Amino acid sequence: MSEQWIFALEVTLNGLMAGVLYALVALGFVLIYKASGIFNYAQGVMALFAAMTLVGIMQGQVPFSHVINALFGTHVTHFGWSVHGFLAILLTVVVMIGLAWLVQVLVMRHLVGQEPIILFMATIGLAYFLEGVADLMWGSEIKTLDVGLPQGINLWIDETTLNWFGYGFFIDNLDIVATCIAALLVGGLVLFAQYTKQGRAMRAVADDHQAALSVGISLNFIWVLVWSVAGFVALVAGIVWGTKSGVQFSLSLIALKALPVLMLGGFTSIPGAIVGGLIIGVGEKLFEFAIGPLVGGATENWFAYVLALLFLVFRPQGLFGEKIIERV
Amino acid sequence: MFYREAGDFKTTYAEDGQTFPIRFDRYRYFAVLIFAFGVVPFMVNDYWANALLLPFLIYAIAAIGLNILVGYCGQVSLGTGGFMAVGAYACYKFMTSFPEVSMFVHVLLAGGVTAVVCVAFGLPSLRIKGFYLAVATLAAQFFLVWLFNRVPWFYNYSASGQINAPEREVLGVIITGPNAPAWATYMFCLVFLTVCALVARNLTRGTVGRSWMAIRDMDIAAEIIGVNPLKAKLTAFAVSGFFIGISGALFFAVYLGAVEVGEAFGISKSFLVLFMVIIGGLGSIFGAFAGAAFLVLLPVVLKVVGVDVLGWPTDIVAHFQLVIVGALIVLFLILEPHGLAQLWRVAKEKLRLWPFPH
Repeated sequence: MSEQWIFALEVTLNGLMAGVLYALVALGFVLIYKASGIFNYAQGVMALFAAMTLVGIMQGQVPFSHVINALFGTHVTHFGWSVHGFLAILLTVVVMIGLAWLVQVLVMRHLVGQEPIILFMATIGLAYFLEGVADLMWGSEIKTLDVGLPQGINLWIDETTLNWFGYGFFIDNLDIVATCIAALLVGGLVLFAQYTKQGRAMRAVADDHQAALSVGISLNFIWVLVWSVAGFVALVAGIVWGTKSGVQFSLSLIALKALPVLMLGGFTSIPGAIVGGLIIGVGEKLFEFAIGPLVGGATENWFAYVLALLFLVFRPQGLFGEKIIERV
Repeated sequence: MFYREAGDFKTTYAEDGQTFPIRFDRYRYFAVLIFAFGVVPFMVNDYWANALLLPFLIYAIAAIGLNILVGYCGQVSLGTGGFMAVGAYACYKFMTSFPEVSMFVHVLLAGGVTAVVCVAFGLPSLRIKGFYLAVATLAAQFFLVWLFNRVPWFYNYSASGQINAPEREVLGVIITGPNAPAWATYMFCLVFLTVCALVARNLTRGTVGRSWMAIRDMDIAAEIIGVNPLKAKLTAFAVSGFFIGISGALFFAVYLGAVEVGEAFGISKSFLVLFMVIIGGLGSIFGAFAGAAFLVLLPVVLKVVGVDVLGWPTDIVAHFQLVIVGALIVLFLILEPHGLAQLWRVAKEKLRLWPFPH
């Protein structure tokens, strides 16, 4: 094999790994969209909020310490203890469930029956609100997150490929772990949706709100449940991305990365989110590798969107989306 | 009492079809125009112009443009920032290539270029609808910003990658650059805003506007009764792009003077203009003004109250601003999904009956 092809193969592998990470974020979108028809723009900020809360709890930060200091002239920053990673994750899950409940009670319950675009705008407002609250609560500086996920080059793959091709592939351990986590998460979600009472109720609500209501399913409960699950997915995405590139504002921009994945895969399909993520991940890495240097680089910013746009012109409901039937 | 139709007799069709059928509204409209053109230019100073008036005027143009697309034609667009960047860079290229031509011509030409680009990115709207279209317009946002960042021809190969507005005159008065007087920049933007609002108002109540609204309300039904969706959607994209291009050109040339594309025309600008349209009221020209005024005033008021009155650190105030803007948007959507324009309409209805309750 020539050198170019080996490079391309390495880029493809890395693209697949990146695609898994995109799919992880896209999953949260699909869950909420399927169950309540809300396109939740705040998903990315939820991931940021979850990661910041996790770091804050682990380091024993005092919430709203900046505001307290500014108002009362005190100098509190930390409680002086640190919490073990696993316990902190559990506490963060509790916080995210609380958040889901608040969102449902304070916002979404009052917007039932509004047009989808109004709901979408509400989630953008929610995103701004959450971002401000997260900054006020935990401070806006860049934090490192370490819950014990391995990082750095995978030596085994490096050595094996060196023996095979005479060139060692660079693949990050974290990406491999992230792939495993994503696979577990998707498996878990599928099992939850197929075999538990709440999961079935969730699918019923996704299918038809009124029919679900008439057989005695509580819409309020299901929506809190869905937002909680989305919050949990956001936490997982936040942990992986936060470990990879630090907990900072740009974490919330992964939502923008997930949007073309959703378009490509279809808003309503969990397998769509995964396949879409892989296609986009590989596509943008290969495009940057092959065409990027010719046109000035940094094509990753827009390639996913343009690919999704061109794709949609030929198949408006995405790869796995439900066929759009319009009645007058 | 004084706010009603009674006694205001219409004797011609032109009078019957005018924008403000109530006499009080007409007088108020002319009073506002006289105040804006005759009084404000003599009172305005640099602080007022740069902190409040110029952003308000320019965002109002952008909001009118986006309102035509989103509010009247129902095509949700998140690419406003990118289209404003097209206007800014087109204006820059025209300004540097033809220095002797009037700024009026440059700004109008920039609007024309943006209209063409907007139509090109609007073509997929014939196949894609709803959210899919909203996300597809993000392609325009990211691609255009990347293009202006990476292709040196657009910023005339300057070392910093920025574009700087050179000094240009209109009727012998400097309009752009640091030496431009505040009243001149204000008047320049005001003229554009007034003309844009007039054009938009008259387009939206004519044949074109009605075909937009038919498409918005139900596109298939509109097609069946004979509205051409291709023509209606693309004209909406073109007109909207024209206005947004003008606002982008003014934003760069008159207001900022120097622009780094990712910072000035990023995705947050798209959301800002969309918020103006939503808070102001979808499908209303007055709403575009109200929304722009509201979102330009809000950060200034918050900063004055938080930093100057309460004495809090600026970073906390900046974060509070995010919280308050987010909460206000959600609150508005819950309490009044049709925005400030609807509040205004309700107030006017009440005023017509006043002092009687029914």
